[in-house]
Amino acid sequence: MKTRRDFIKISALGLGATAVTAGAAKAVLGSSLFGNENENDAETLRRVATYCEVCFWKCAGWAHVTKDGNIKKITGNDDDPQCNGRLCPRGTGGVGMFSDPDRLKTPLMRVTKDGQQTYREASWDEALGFISTKMKDLKAKHGAESMALFFHGSSGNHFSNLMKAYGTTNLAAPSFAQCRGPRDVGFEATFGESVSSPEVTDIRDTKCLVLIGSHIGENMHNGQVQEMSEAIDAGAVIITVDPRLSTAASKSKYWLPIKPSTDIALLLSWIHVLIYDELYNKEYVGKYAEGFEELKNHVKLFTPEWAYGITTLKPDLIRKTAREMANASPSVIIHPGRHAAWYGDDVQRTRAIAILNALLGSWGNRGGIFFKEGIKIPEFPHPDYPKPAWSWKDLLDGKFPLANEAVTNSVIEASYPKEGKEARIKGWIVSGTNLVAAVPLKAELAKAMQSLELLVVVDTMPMEITGFADVVLPECTYLERYDDIRATAHREPTLCLRMPAVEPLNQTKPAWWIAKQLGERLGLGAYFNYKDYSEVLDWQLKQVGSSLEEMQRIGVKKSPRKTSPYIETGTDHQFKTASGKIQLYSHELAEAGFDAMPVFTQHPEPQEGFYRLIYGRAPMHTFSRTANNPNLVALMPENSVWINPQVAKIWGIKKDQYVWLKNQDGAISNFSVKVRLTERIRWDSVYIVHGFGHHHKPLRFAYGRGVNDTELITNVMMDPIMGGTGMRGNFITFLKEDPRKEIES
Amino acid sequence: MRYAMAIDTRKCVGCSDCVVACQTENNVPIGFCRDWVSETVDGTYPNVSIELRSERCNHCDSSPCVRCCPTGASHFEDGGIVLVTHHKCIGCGACIQSCPYEARYSHPDGYVDKCTFCIHRVRKGEDPACVSVCPTKCMFFGDLDDPNSEIVNVLKNRKFKALAPEAGTKPQIFYLV
Repeated sequence: MKTRRDFIKISALGLGATAVTAGAAKAVLGSSLFGNENENDAETLRRVATYCEVCFWKCAGWAHVTKDGNIKKITGNDDDPQCNGRLCPRGTGGVGMFSDPDRLKTPLMRVTKDGQQTYREASWDEALGFISTKMKDLKAKHGAESMALFFHGSSGNHFSNLMKAYGTTNLAAPSFAQCRGPRDVGFEATFGESVSSPEVTDIRDTKCLVLIGSHIGENMHNGQVQEMSEAIDAGAVIITVDPRLSTAASKSKYWLPIKPSTDIALLLSWIHVLIYDELYNKEYVGKYAEGFEELKNHVKLFTPEWAYGITTLKPDLIRKTAREMANASPSVIIHPGRHAAWYGDDVQRTRAIAILNALLGSWGNRGGIFFKEGIKIPEFPHPDYPKPAWSWKDLLDGKFPLANEAVTNSVIEASYPKEGKEARIKGWIVSGTNLVAAVPLKAELAKAMQSLELLVVVDTMPMEITGFADVVLPECTYLERYDDIRATAHREPTLCLRMPAVEPLNQTKPAWWIAKQLGERLGLGAYFNYKDYSEVLDWQLKQVGSSLEEMQRIGVKKSPRKTSPYIETGTDHQFKTASGKIQLYSHELAEAGFDAMPVFTQHPEPQEGFYRLIYGRAPMHTFSRTANNPNLVALMPENSVWINPQVAKIWGIKKDQYVWLKNQDGAISNFSVKVRLTERIRWDSVYIVHGFGHHHKPLRFAYGRGVNDTELITNVMMDPIMGGTGMRGNFITFLKEDPRKEIES
Repeated sequence: MRYAMAIDTRKCVGCSDCVVACQTENNVPIGFCRDWVSETVDGTYPNVSIELRSERCNHCDSSPCVRCCPTGASHFEDGGIVLVTHHKCIGCGACIQSCPYEARYSHPDGYVDKCTFCIHRVRKGEDPACVSVCPTKCMFFGDLDDPNSEIVNVLKNRKFKALAPEAGTKPQIFYLV
């Protein structure tokens, strides 16, 4: 079938973007990829301030650069409270983001040659000229609002500035609807604010840490992992609720191997025990919360015995763990988690988590959840942004009333004609997010990408999304560019600088430069009133009592707090809700037509021969973005499917055998996956690490390794409150033979 | 002086930061490693426990690798650190066969390579790269002959074990359990 956008494999073109030979790569990459014996060169290394971009934690560190301009290693900055001088494996392995031989190298433009769509190399001038002409055209025809930005990470800021100057506020990050959105909305509805990033959980000083499916240590959110380790030393009680014995579960006093999808029943029964056994923090609740009587009536029947039949967790275990939490109150954290888009009732689940924290008095107390403090960096002077005629909110048609960030799925659905109506979104810029692997609604995404009039992808790597672009712009890695100051609000206000450690390789450019160039071509030069981004940083830093010169020297600057991180005794603390009180009963949710207090809903369970697909993280990889990083591939080249040996026996599946996975809707994994037989998982579930199974051949280390969980997530359970895409309602079965081979023969 | 390492299995999350830090610090070619992470699972669902261990050369007191080396490339340095002098190594691989911990590998450049306890850092008073990078601070490096060292302190106060003690090599990596 002829499509508007054939998927183009960048390597098949014989361009600059194809594989370099080993000899050439060695010249470019120096020793970090190929290795030589040169251990005593520390004195010759130059140290450059940076902060990491391999994940969103953004730990500050130092890039150590050799005389010949190669990055030998990256180490943590001792002054950064997010890492305390210790990066995680991905941060340490960040050198591989720079040295990856498969990086995008030049701008590429889609052309048709002999009836075939292909990419050809283009100069920056040509590529940017094409995009800006197209954007001017779209603005004239459909209004600036018809452009949308999808983004993840630091580069998003530069393109957000461009888009707002151009006249659109359709700026969507998968991190909302696909990840932390439900959690943030649930906490905002309860406490008036969420737990931020990095989370304001006082794990370091906690006496009891409760993890609901949160696998700290496998999700390598550095500061949290470090603090959990300190909590273990200090003898904190850890309670982990997970259908899998996660690393965190293995370090816990209590592991509650819950039946997946029943978390709300457990949380309600914990609330029941705390209230009816009078274990809750009466003083705190009396002073700071409202809606207690409604909550008490609501949970009256949700006994541990009721929850047992649903969760498979024994009533005495539920009571015992509730007592452990109460004993530690208020130094207890029911961890809010991060990736929360599970079953479509996720705002309500995180509401239940927030309510538990409220009953135990954790927010505002040592060892619970603290108040953050940060330094606000002023915006570099620019003209006011134009006011758009409409925004992403208008795409929701009254759905998702509590969505307070753009919902990716709604923007995607507005990007193709539907029910005879013209698409409202006509063009995308995609920065730093491989939507093909990040968003579960594959059919809608495919339709959108075929309908768009302009699709620009900015990335460092030839991720799958690049194959659909009209123009691919090669961004340099975080190690080769300036970005905005990292101004972190947490225990201590902290500023961190990222500056180029080396010149960008090949034709790659920093996002700030790309955005500025496009802006100037669009007649928006006034919003980019600088030659180099260092001018912006120097101006901003001088407004807050530092300077670029100082930050280049120290990398990280901490300031003393002006306010207390905890509620001070004798003060009347106001929470950030409308009434100033914690909302055990949510009027906001009730008024929007939702349950004012969390209710347990029975979710579908797997049919015979099917198993619930659970996915998660590995400490050495970030989503799909590190799957080709040579240093990290060496640590974990592929994912495996975790199967309980009892289940494998039924199927006759052996250890290390490769199987294909098929889901309830008949979706089959692109590739096969290695079996890991392990007692660490329930019989009704299987587990795979997210981010593998790349099908784009230019990713030489990642191609064909493992399976991509999002291929098997065809059932998406939408959260009606804020548009989260619940992804854990999918069930898989095993295929021992290659299903595609059969079709061919 | 006797250098040793203690590793707290209660805190290690198996993230393998030690492995990648060693790789970048020591230019270990990709596809090889001087240290690695092992996982042992015990029991059956739902009564399961796991142990995660960062493993490497044990810098044994009684080292079969040093004994069997025909050229003297494998040798002891100050503090009991076992090293391979690369230019003296003929790559015969006898040491690889003799090591009960599989801690050595053949470097593509023709010599045998393994953990050096980052002797180039230790001589400057720094910790080995793996110890200095560990996010959980589960690793302790120091001198067993110094009664005030942190490692002596943790070994005094915690239960510990060594790997394959039956091999009789007197390993110097201790796992706190």
